Amino acid sequence: MRTAIVFLAVATLAGCAGIQSPLSPAGDQAAALHSLFTLMMIVCGAVYLIVLLGIVWSVLRSGTQRRFDSASGGERRLDRGLYVAASAIVIGLTVLIVGSFIADRALVAAREDDAVIVRITGHQWWWRIEYRDPASGRWIETANELHLPLARTTRVQLASADVIHSFWVPNVAGKIDMIPGRRNVVHLTPRRLGWFRGQCTEFCGAQHAHMAFDVKVDGQAAFDSWLARQGSARAPRRQSGRGASVFVQVCGSCHRVRGTEARGRAGPDLTHFASRRSIAAGTLPMSRGGIQGWLAQPQALKPGTSMPTVPLEPADADAVATYLETLR
Amino acid sequence: MKPDPSLLEQLDRTWRDPPGLWGFLTTVDHKRIAARYIVTALLLMFLAGMLALDMRWQLSVPENTRMTPQLFNESFSLHGSTMLFLVSVPLMEAMAFWLVPLMLGARNMAFPRLGAFSFWLYFGGVLTLWVAHAIDITPDLGWFEYPPLSGPAYSPGHRADIWAQMITFTEVAALAASVNVAATILKMRPPGMTLARMPVFLWAMLIASIMTMFSMPAVMLVTSMLIADRLVSTQFFSVAAGGDAVLFQHLFWFFGHPEVYIIFVPATGFVSSIVETFSRRVLYGHSVLVLAILSIGALAFGLWVHHMFAVGLPRLGNDFYTAASMAIAVPAGLQIFCWLATIGTGRTWFPTPMLWILGFVATFVIGGLSGVMTASAALDLQLTDTYFIVAHLHYVLIGGAIFPLFGAFCYWYPKATGRLMSERWGKVAFVLIVGGFNLGFFPMHLLGLEGMPRRVYTYPAHMGWDMLNQIATAGSAIAVTGGLVFAANALCSYWRGKPSGADPWGGSTLEWATASPPPAYNIPFTPRVDSLTPMWNGGAPLPALDGIAIDTREVLVSSVTDAQPLYRQKSAGPSIWPLVAALAVSAMFIASIFTPWAIPIGALPIGAALTGWFWPNRPRAKIGALEAAP
Amino acid sequence: MTGTREFAIVGTLSDLPSSASGPRHLVWWGNIGFMVIEGTGFVLAAAAYLYLMTQASAWPPKGDPLPGLLWSGIFTAGLLLSEIPNLWVLRCARAKNLAGVRWGTAAMAVIALALFVPRGFEFAHLGLPWHQDAYGSVVWLLLVLHTVHVVTDWGDTVVLGAWLFTHEVGDDQFADVEDNSNYWTFVVLCWLPVYLLIYWAPRAL
Repeated sequence: MRTAIVFLAVATLAGCAGIQSPLSPAGDQAAALHSLFTLMMIVCGAVYLIVLLGIVWSVLRSGTQRRFDSASGGERRLDRGLYVAASAIVIGLTVLIVGSFIADRALVAAREDDAVIVRITGHQWWWRIEYRDPASGRWIETANELHLPLARTTRVQLASADVIHSFWVPNVAGKIDMIPGRRNVVHLTPRRLGWFRGQCTEFCGAQHAHMAFDVKVDGQAAFDSWLARQGSARAPRRQSGRGASVFVQVCGSCHRVRGTEARGRAGPDLTHFASRRSIAAGTLPMSRGGIQGWLAQPQALKPGTSMPTVPLEPADADAVATYLETLR
Repeated sequence: MKPDPSLLEQLDRTWRDPPGLWGFLTTVDHKRIAARYIVTALLLMFLAGMLALDMRWQLSVPENTRMTPQLFNESFSLHGSTMLFLVSVPLMEAMAFWLVPLMLGARNMAFPRLGAFSFWLYFGGVLTLWVAHAIDITPDLGWFEYPPLSGPAYSPGHRADIWAQMITFTEVAALAASVNVAATILKMRPPGMTLARMPVFLWAMLIASIMTMFSMPAVMLVTSMLIADRLVSTQFFSVAAGGDAVLFQHLFWFFGHPEVYIIFVPATGFVSSIVETFSRRVLYGHSVLVLAILSIGALAFGLWVHHMFAVGLPRLGNDFYTAASMAIAVPAGLQIFCWLATIGTGRTWFPTPMLWILGFVATFVIGGLSGVMTASAALDLQLTDTYFIVAHLHYVLIGGAIFPLFGAFCYWYPKATGRLMSERWGKVAFVLIVGGFNLGFFPMHLLGLEGMPRRVYTYPAHMGWDMLNQIATAGSAIAVTGGLVFAANALCSYWRGKPSGADPWGGSTLEWATASPPPAYNIPFTPRVDSLTPMWNGGAPLPALDGIAIDTREVLVSSVTDAQPLYRQKSAGPSIWPLVAALAVSAMFIASIFTPWAIPIGALPIGAALTGWFWPNRPRAKIGALEAAP
Repeated sequence: MTGTREFAIVGTLSDLPSSASGPRHLVWWGNIGFMVIEGTGFVLAAAAYLYLMTQASAWPPKGDPLPGLLWSGIFTAGLLLSEIPNLWVLRCARAKNLAGVRWGTAAMAVIALALFVPRGFEFAHLGLPWHQDAYGSVVWLLLVLHTVHVVTDWGDTVVLGAWLFTHEVGDDQFADVEDNSNYWTFVVLCWLPVYLLIYWAPRAL
């Protein structure tokens, strides 16, 4: 019983839960699921209470029995109890099945007409994110950080480049798998401004634990200007200096910085790297120290990552870090 | 009357094993085989439990670097694969092997040598997984190795092969065991034990065996396809060549879901037996319990998709699978009602086995209710692959199956050893295990609801998951301590426990009619059954029949529905061939990890071994005359 | 709570026969159990075939040839015809006709061996290797699965035949012949849906 109360308390205190929690819904889809969860907690909590009372009843009553006599009316009373129990279970389940049906329909009820279109591809162990520019129709690429406009529906098309991953931003919506050869879609309609966090929930290999991403819900204007900036390339004339040239030479075969000679496609697009909140799919916070640490020993921080340990002279590493900091 | 000592001596001569190592290797005594299963599985449960504790230690603080991701991934893969394939299912089979013939008043299983073969092959699976672990070829992709991650492109080396082949071993063993158990229950019941008078325990074992026969071929098929993809470049799961990764999940869960009930259904049999005996009344709602088990068995095959709600299958199916999954709550709820009603209307006493039953109800229902939540296609999208599921599955498997198993262990321990376990230490173990388990696993529901995914080797500090993880670790440690107390109690009582006599609890079914521990021939006569509770006939002598041979191994075969005696069947004696056959099969399975030629070449020694096994032991035909023997 | 329970002997089983045939026999049920297991295997493999078929845009995929009808037709006809001697052996076993089961089992061993010839050509005329694509893989899977059953039952028949010719034959051995015969019928029956699936589903659907 104590556990049930704790459970209920947690469910009702949902407001204080975290940035990666279905108990703190900040979007239409998560809110529908949260209502369903509350209904489930009430029904299941009541059922559990009844079962505990049943245990107590049976233990206490058994002490008062002299001898069992099946000829008495006892069995018939039990039969009636059985019918009541069966009906109660069926009624309870019916309530829950209807509730589940309603929530399921709510997940696809989002309006589609002016949805923001985003394509997200899972990689071992990071996220390629591409927005469709509503004006030009071209795709704007970024990585590991998803921005969503408030009170609008974003239609996310999910794919995988290698193994199965699963896309989950619990504060906004439930998870959907990213499966090679299939295209799944999830709708996100956030209703609260702020930072949230998403994470891969299908085991995808050594660094499954370090495959997260940040989610920022912006007002429409802020979102538009963010997207416009993400769409811009770097001005080539400002990409000179030692850091830039070392980057193109050493990192450019895997990473892209639009507007420069760095055109690699294997790793995340770094054109606006420094505008992001974290490094390496949520592994490290974005900071000078984080960048230097990641450049120096990626295999120690995220063992197994495809990012190799690149032997750079200290001065070169420093220059690359400085250069990366300018990619805002 | 007491059986004549010379008769017992003759029976013992007929049924006992040869002495020494040869007897050990050739035995077909169902009790010895079951005991081996149980000892092996309990040892593995301890090892896999240590892996769990190690992982809990790793997760007790955020950003812990004590374990590398590789080590952590190997640990949970080994833990899950061992617990599901090498512990839970084999333990339930072993309980059936040990108890079914005794409860039928029969002398052995239907196919004694097949029983020995099952064990040896299972043991081969155990060695495959754990020897591979010792030489660092540990599977590292979880207990369900989804392609393409487990395919040739992303998992070079032999870790995934070891996993797949371990499954082949254990499933062949389990399939053979289930045919054996089902045939024994259907065809070897004593006169009078019609289907209507069959104890719930036997129904549970029968249904679980039939479920095994229908579900395990799926996992054998799918792991064979995976191995073929890896070894001979078939394209079942490779998208580029028209394959489909989700096919693996369908086949795997077509087995994987019934698997859960194959573990749970026997447990309902234990609970029914224990509740009846200690309530000192005939189980309330015998037919309700049987129908509940039957409907669980049937429903279990209709809801595998609820493990795949996040795959993005057509929405149309969601409502069906939601309703089918939740419907399991009806039979399960009615079972609980029947047990509590029996306890409440009996003159019940509560020694350790009964405490386990109470602990089972209180714990399992939480798992059942969290199961109802995850059964919702919509809500599951928030719950699946998080720690909520880790909590749910452990509540169902440990609370729903292992607690009754511990109760069953305490209940039948005196029958197997002739000694009682200490009640005091039994209660200490009970409190530690049930308390520690709930302390350890309840917080995991909350962790899941706060967003912690499964199978992560570490987590960031700022997520607020630290405290709950620490509680979970502490709880697991307490439960493991309790497990050690339980094991110590069992070991000490083996030598020092109070002698129990044949029937210490006043049990209701036939296994209590014979001596403890039961002799090699199980029971001197064939009992005749007139009720559901043949032992409760007011202390009068048990009606029985003689006439089954005492100088050769012979068993009674009866008809399926009404248990009419049909004929006397010769029962196979000790033989080395099951071990030889298991070795030949093991050699082929292991070699086929490395080359496909192992299959045609390895088939030859297997054929030879099986020929030796089945070569009937009869006189040679007289040359010339082709006459049937009388 | 003390010693073992006493027994009151109320009858004897000594007048029961020491063997039986058909469903009365214990081993008959074991045989059924394994048929259930293997039958489930066939059903699931067929389900995998149909699943991959529904996922594909064309079946067989573009460029893959249709499987050849000639040798598979010969095999299927041969398999169906083999059911005639097989049922005759079954009758002999039930009638405890010793010469019948000896020579019938020997004939069945020869017939099964002969069936390997068209089966071998059948593999060759599938038209594609198993590693070409998922279609090839699943067709080979079905055919290999069935061939394994033919081989197994052929081996069983050979051993049984050798034994029947060299030893005295009792009721239990007649029951063995019966089980072996039932199993062959099972192998024949399993082939029909597999045959339709491999050879006619890509043509008809």
